[in-house]
Order: sequence, then C-alpha cells, then structure tokens
Amino acid sequence: MAAGRRLPNAWDFVAVACVLGALMGLAPAVRGTLAPLTAVGAAAVRLDPALLPYYAVRTTLRMFVALVVSILFTFSYGTLAAKSRRAEMLLVPLLDILQSVPILGFLSFTVVFFVGLFPGRVLGLELAAIFAIFTSQAWNMTFSFYQSLTTVPGDLDEAARSFRLSAWQRFWRLEVPFAMPGLVWNTMLSMSGAWFFVVASEAITVGSHTWTLPGIGSFVALALADRNLPAVGWAIAAMLVVILLYDQILFRPLVAWAAKFRVETTAAAPVPEPWVLALLRRTRFLKLASRTVGALLAALGGLRLAPRQTHAARHHAPSRAGDALWLTAVGLVVAAALWRIVLFVSTSLTLPAFGETLIDGCLSLARVLAAVLVSILVWVPVGVWMGLRPRVARLAQPVAQFLAAFPANLLFPLIVILIVRFRLDPNIWLTPLMIIGTQWYVLFNVIAGAAAFPGDLREVAANLHVRGLLWWRRVILPGILPYLVTGAITAMGNAWNTTIVAEVASWGHTTLVARGLGAYIAEATNEGNTAHIVLGVAVMAGFVLVLNRLFWRPLYDFARRRATLG
Amino acid sequence: MDTLIARQPLLQVQRCSQSYRTESATELLVLDQVELTIASGEIVGLLGRSGSGKSTLLRVVAGLLAPSCGEVRWRGSPLVGPAEGIAMVFQSFALFPWLTVRENVDLGLEAQGLPPAERAARAEAAIDLIGLGGYDSAYPKELSGGMRQRVGLARALVVHPDLLLMDEPFSALDVLTAETLRTDLIDLWSEGRLPVKSMLMVTHNIEEAVLMCDRILVFSANPGRIASELRVPFAHPRNRLDKAFRQMVDEIYAVMTRRAQPAARLHAAPAPAFGTALHPVSTNLLAGLIETLSQPPYDGRADLPALAAALQLEADELLPLGEALALLRFAELEEGDIRLTDTGRRFAAADTDARKAMFAAALKAHVPLAATIRQVLEERWNHRASAERFRDELEDHMSPEYAHDTLHTVISWGRYGELYSYDEEADQFSLEEPA
Repeated sequence: MAAGRRLPNAWDFVAVACVLGALMGLAPAVRGTLAPLTAVGAAAVRLDPALLPYYAVRTTLRMFVALVVSILFTFSYGTLAAKSRRAEMLLVPLLDILQSVPILGFLSFTVVFFVGLFPGRVLGLELAAIFAIFTSQAWNMTFSFYQSLTTVPGDLDEAARSFRLSAWQRFWRLEVPFAMPGLVWNTMLSMSGAWFFVVASEAITVGSHTWTLPGIGSFVALALADRNLPAVGWAIAAMLVVILLYDQILFRPLVAWAAKFRVETTAAAPVPEPWVLALLRRTRFLKLASRTVGALLAALGGLRLAPRQTHAARHHAPSRAGDALWLTAVGLVVAAALWRIVLFVSTSLTLPAFGETLIDGCLSLARVLAAVLVSILVWVPVGVWMGLRPRVARLAQPVAQFLAAFPANLLFPLIVILIVRFRLDPNIWLTPLMIIGTQWYVLFNVIAGAAAFPGDLREVAANLHVRGLLWWRRVILPGILPYLVTGAITAMGNAWNTTIVAEVASWGHTTLVARGLGAYIAEATNEGNTAHIVLGVAVMAGFVLVLNRLFWRPLYDFARRRATLG
Repeated sequence: MDTLIARQPLLQVQRCSQSYRTESATELLVLDQVELTIASGEIVGLLGRSGSGKSTLLRVVAGLLAPSCGEVRWRGSPLVGPAEGIAMVFQSFALFPWLTVRENVDLGLEAQGLPPAERAARAEAAIDLIGLGGYDSAYPKELSGGMRQRVGLARALVVHPDLLLMDEPFSALDVLTAETLRTDLIDLWSEGRLPVKSMLMVTHNIEEAVLMCDRILVFSANPGRIASELRVPFAHPRNRLDKAFRQMVDEIYAVMTRRAQPAARLHAAPAPAFGTALHPVSTNLLAGLIETLSQPPYDGRADLPALAAALQLEADELLPLGEALALLRFAELEEGDIRLTDTGRRFAAADTDARKAMFAAALKAHVPLAATIRQVLEERWNHRASAERFRDELEDHMSPEYAHDTLHTVISWGRYGELYSYDEEADQFSLEEPA
C-alpha cells in the first residue's frame, strides 16, 4: 500500500492529464480497428467438467505470464523512478493515478487493440487478457519496490559503494534482496486480486462481438448464459483447488524464504516451515537442483555488466539546462494530452451526459460505502475476537487470505438467482455482490491488527477494569485503526472495480441492472461506445482519487501517527 | 517495622503453582508451591533472574493469570480476575500511544464510572504528585522514557490502589533517570503521600532491591520458587555507600550464586544431556571476562558486586556469565566471588587456535548436550542430524523458551569450538564445513 504521499500537487495534475489524454487518444484508434474484426470468433468452450483442469491450466498460465511481465515492469519502472530525480517527478504520481483507474473499464479498449494487432489469431486475445491481468498486478508491486529502493539503509549503501559494486551487481546484491520481503508480500496480494480480473477478462463482449478464451472465466460465462448451476459449482470447485495449490506450492515457501532478507537482526517469531520449502531444503536431489539454479542466478547477478562506481558521491546541484529541457518536454506532453481532452470533450461530451455520470457515480459510491461499512460492522468484532486468540488467528488468517483471493464473480450467480426468485430490487440487492469479494480484506487486516496488539496494553486494560464500550473506544479500536484503514482502502478499491461486473448481472436471459457508474461502463462496453467508456472510467478514477486523497490518506497518516510510539 | 506484620495481611499467596502444557504434552512448572504474604505498609521485592517466574507471580497476584493450583487471597477473600485495589506499573510503561497523558491517567477512573468532576480532580492530583504538571496534553511519544514511566506511575496511583505492583519498573530507563525516579518514589512513600498501602516490586537489580524494599524474596529459576527471604533493616533514605548496605548487597550475591553451584556440580555424576538449561552467553563475552579476570587488579579473583560495578553489568547479566565459566570449569563461584581455575588462566594466555581447542575440550567434558550432538554426528554415515530432535528432547525437560535458548547457546558454543557446524536454513547439525 502506498503510504506517505500526501496532498495533491502539480505533478498529480500532470499525471492525470497524461492518463486521460492517452485514454482519449486511444478512442479513435479503437474505433478505427473495430471494423475489420469479424474473423475472430468465439473459441469453443464446452461445459464439460472433464475439460476444467485444462481450462484451469490455461487460466493459471495467463496469470503467471502476466506476473513475469509485472516483475519486469516493476524492476525497470521502480528502478527508474528511484534513481532518476527527473523521472521520479513524473513516474510516481503517474503510478498513483494508474492505481486508481478501474481496470475492468479498460478491457474493451485493450481487447480491441490487441486483437487488432494480430487479426484473426487467438494470440491477440491472449495478450489482451494478459495485459488486463498485468494492469491489476503491477502497480502495487512497483510501488513497494520503489519505496524499498528509496529506503535502502545508509550503511548498506556505503558498504556497496566502498566495494565498488557496479550498478548491475548492486541491483542484485543489495537492492533486490532488500526489497524482497515487501515485494513478495505485494506479489501475493496482486495474485489474489488478479483472479478476479482473469475471470472477467476471458469472455468479453464489445459491441456485437463476443470473444472468449478457453479458461475458467469463459466457462463460468457460458454456464451463466446456459443457466447451468452444476457447471458453476464445478468451476468454483476447480478454482478452489487451483488457488489452494499455488498458495501451498508457491507462495507459502516464497514468503518463508523472503523472511531471510529482513534487515532487522532480532529474530522474528518462528514461523512453521512450509512443507514445500522443507522438501526443497531436505531432499538431496531437489536441494542440489535448487542450488545449481541458485548458483547460476548468483553468477548472473555477479556479472560486472556496468562500469564500477569510481567517483565519490558528490552533491552537485542539478543542471539547470537539463531541468529546463525536461520540464519543456513534460509540458509539451501535457499540452498534447490537454488538447486531446479538449478535442474529446468538445466532440463527444455534453454537459448533461457528464452530470448523469456524476449522479451515477454518487449512486455507486453509496453502494461501495455500504459494502465497506457492512464489512467493517460485521468483521471488526469477529476479527478482533480471532486476532486476540493466537491459536484462532493462526488458523483464521490464511483462510481469510485465501477467501480474499477467491474471485467473487464466480459466486455472483447464486445471489442473482435469489434476487430473481424473490423479485428483489436490484438497485439495493446487487450490493451484496460487492460485499462478497471485499469483506475479506477487512477481515484479514483486522485479524493482523488485533494479533499485533501489544500484550502489555491488554494487561493494563484488564488491570484498570476497562471493559465494554470504553474498551472498544479507548483501547482496541485506536490500536487496530492503521490496519483497519489499510483493509478499508483495499476493500474500497476492490469494490469500485466490482461495480463494473456487479451492477449488471445476468442469469440466462434475465439481466438485472442497478443504476450506477459500473452499470454505465458495462453498458457502454456492450454497446462499444468508446466515448461513454472513457467518460465513465475517468469519472470513476476521479471518485477514487478524490476519496483516497481527501479521506483515506489523511486518515491513514493520522492513525499511523497516533498508534505508534516511534 | 515488626509490628506491621502482626496486622491482617493484605494479600496471601498460598501454595501457588503455575504450569503449562507443551506440545509434547508434558507439564512444565513455572512456579512451584510459592507462598507469599504481604502486610499493610511494606515494600516487598521479588528478586531473581529474567525468566525465573517472578513476573508470572506478579501477574498471578494481579489477577491477570489464574494459578494452576493454590489460592490467592486478597483482603481476606479469594482473588478471581483483576481485583479492585490492585494497580500495576509495567516495565515497558504500556502507555496507550493514542491517548494523551491526561487521558492515559484518566482511563482507570473512567472505567470505574466516576463523575467527570471527581475524575478531573483526581487525575490532576496524581499528575501533580508524580511531577507531570504541564504535560497533560502531551502524547506519550513526545515524552522521554523517565517521563513515560511517571505517567505509568500516575495512572496506577490515580485509582488509589491498596497494593501497587511494579514489574521491573526502572529497568528500561538509563541509570540517572532510574535513580531519580526511585528516590522520588521512596520520598513520597516515606512522607506518606502515596495513596497506597503496600508495594510489591519485581526486579533483577540487587542494589535497587536493597535500596527500596523492606523485605526481599530471592527467586530461583526453573521452576520458580522462593529460595530465601531477607529483611532489610535500614531506615529510608538509604545510602548506597553505607557499609551495612554494601554488606547486604554482598550477602545477596552470595545467596544468588550459592544456588548456582548445584547446576555446576551436577556433572560429577553422569548428568542428563538434556536436563540442564544453558543461558545464551556469547563466547566473546566469556573470553573477555576470562581475560579481564586474569589481569590486574583482579589477578584471577574478583568480588562479584565490585566486578559488576566495574564492568557496568547488572547482576542479572554478570551471573549467567559466571555460571557459564563455572560450568565449563574455567572459573569457580563461591560466596559472591569468582575465581579463575588453572584451565581458565591457561585459556587467558593462549592464542585463538589453542583457545578454540581448549573450549572444544571443555564442551566435550562438561556440556553433555554438546558432547551428545558431536557423538551423534560421528555415528551418522552422512555426519548430519536434524536439530529438531534435540529441540524436541530438550522441550521434554524445559519450557520452549529455555529449550530455544539452550539450543541456540550450544550451537554458538559448538561453532566457536569447531565441534560441529549448523545450517540454519536446513535446521541441521553437521560435521562438514558449511558450503
């Protein structure tokens, strides 16, 4: 989670302009490529449970390809932002804005764009799906990496320089290891979040075209269209198995392994060794294999690919001319972006249409807030109860994380059936769809907060007979507030994205629509109306940004300041 | 002071034991049949090493922990849960970071549901009494350690407890701050301005105990029991340099090292390899202490309190060092003195390789656990053994923390003596050099 950045400044404006300009610049290009796309039909997906393992593998593969791309992006973008003062000015706010843009809104653009790149082939579709997953994974990983790079301890930095490590060696010997614990943790969060998007990005309808890729997501989409409830059940089961597998095989060992890169020298509480890691470390053959690979990688990292650093660090004033050149370049880009926006607004946007989306946005905001609020009301007491009991917390924490990874859109049909059956008002009753996915972020953060609550403070409270409401108000709530806010921010971001798939839900030929920004974007996507998509996405990004900057960030900073003695 | 004991006791701890179950389902005793009575008007000190169970006893008395068996009687009736009239001061201060000084102090009164006017008056009085006037609206993080502990004291005193419990209240503070706080507290106590009847404090600082307490209970560890009880006959204010004061400190050192002897003597008989807990003591410190002892002014023999003062070590830090040297037969402890053996003198004179060899020999001869590990490794065809089995066996005999410390110690000692190596990632002992 990006902490520490405070109120908006001029560079945020630059970033907003660039992102919006790019979006609007893409619109005509998309319109142009829309025409010749008739050959790419739906790849056949069949509702046969026996095919599910194959679909699961396809889906998982997409995830991991996107993960590799995300890591490459993280290393290059994060490094550039951390090393170059000029790049930093632009890249960091840009990342912040990108983080706030609802990714699902992009889908129609990217699908059309990539399919246009490889007309008539599935590759384009695959790339589009991978790109969608990438955009859901990369930002927080990059942020974490950038923050680690800027906080490398001074003594380690001096040691690296005194040994005259080249930039390449320094990167692999100091910077990447130092960033590893945070990076692994964020990668895990990214993977969890990405399941949601992989499921949504496999079956896309833009205008009159529907594209499907073989995968669990398209399997579910087909099951929904066919009103085939058992098939939905199968897909859910397959998903559970996949998530359980990659969690056990990949992430548990990775987290345990990353712990050795922690800089603090005091030993942390011992964590039971994951069985896969134990296997790797104990089995002779596997140990040998992993050592060989490790040695190879180490040799690669040790290469002296860049010139050694020979000069002493000197605090030279930045060159004025360079700055001027850089600012001019940024100014030109911003001007071009602004021009794009003006052009777009003047041709495709009317004031009433804008007003409509604002109202839609407020309606969605109400749903998002309700979803987060309900999650908090339900899960804070439960999470505190669990977190204060170490035994329960140890069991519950991984389960909550696991549930957070589960793509909630797979569960939507169940609720949709209920709404149809009981003729409920979709404007209200589609909101629970948003709660399904978002509640776990609140739960596992609250558990973590309560588990980290200092034992001596609990003893003081008991000793002073602080009980009931006073205990909640004075003792536990302020104590878990930083964790709660982190959970709420994540939940909120998730809920905004969910609106796009949750405000329009269908079951066979029945389609339920709740009025809101998500439905607006979803319908614009279905109609292939790029102008409306851009408008919807921009307004939603605006809502997210304003809320984050004016409410969540200050609250988080306040909670951090108050809750620590540092 | 003798007349005070005759009164109705405030608190009675009767044959209290505290034990808990480990994963291997063996019962581990932390407190063993502890008896303790506190009368009105006295300051009682619980003196012992860290991990000897004295903090556990304090929590039993506070009602934060229920004893496994035995009974605690508070003002004549059985104590269940945190009792009214008992307040506690913590080593870590335990202030709520999100509450101001006044709100922290006020919390206990708020919990009692007192009317706001009375709360304000009492909080004000406690804040002024303890010297915090003017800091009302500060947050704990704005205060120095000493001021933070004053808040901790004010917060405990504001509820006018009959019994004030203090868990190593000054050990997280620097020397000067701790001394100021001690004298302030004792002055208030002597002048009768503290709204408490008695105090029970846990400490590992011998001088602190003699300076403040009327009675000192010396705790022995594993399992924790009261080894001896001493009465401090001096009137307040006490002078640390007073001859009788020094003598009492010496006496307590002697008491505390005397009970260390059996552990060292155990090895005359074939000692169980897994029965003895080792304190995590670094080999650098051991070598340094041997060198210091071998040189003037000590020339092989030192008075422990004097040595502790000279090296700026607390008794709690020096005693494990002395015991480790005694265990390895590099030194002997007797009546508050430490004396280098011939082996110890030779060690001081030797160079690095010879020292390592001597250390290895001492480990094999006197630390059965190290000897066992070495033997197991020699017998294995691949000269490897998982540390897990040793840890499991240790945990059958001691608490998991002790087992962890002991294994950690035997790993670091064995590495120094080059008896075996240890791979942390694989959690394995081996004879080969680590790759």
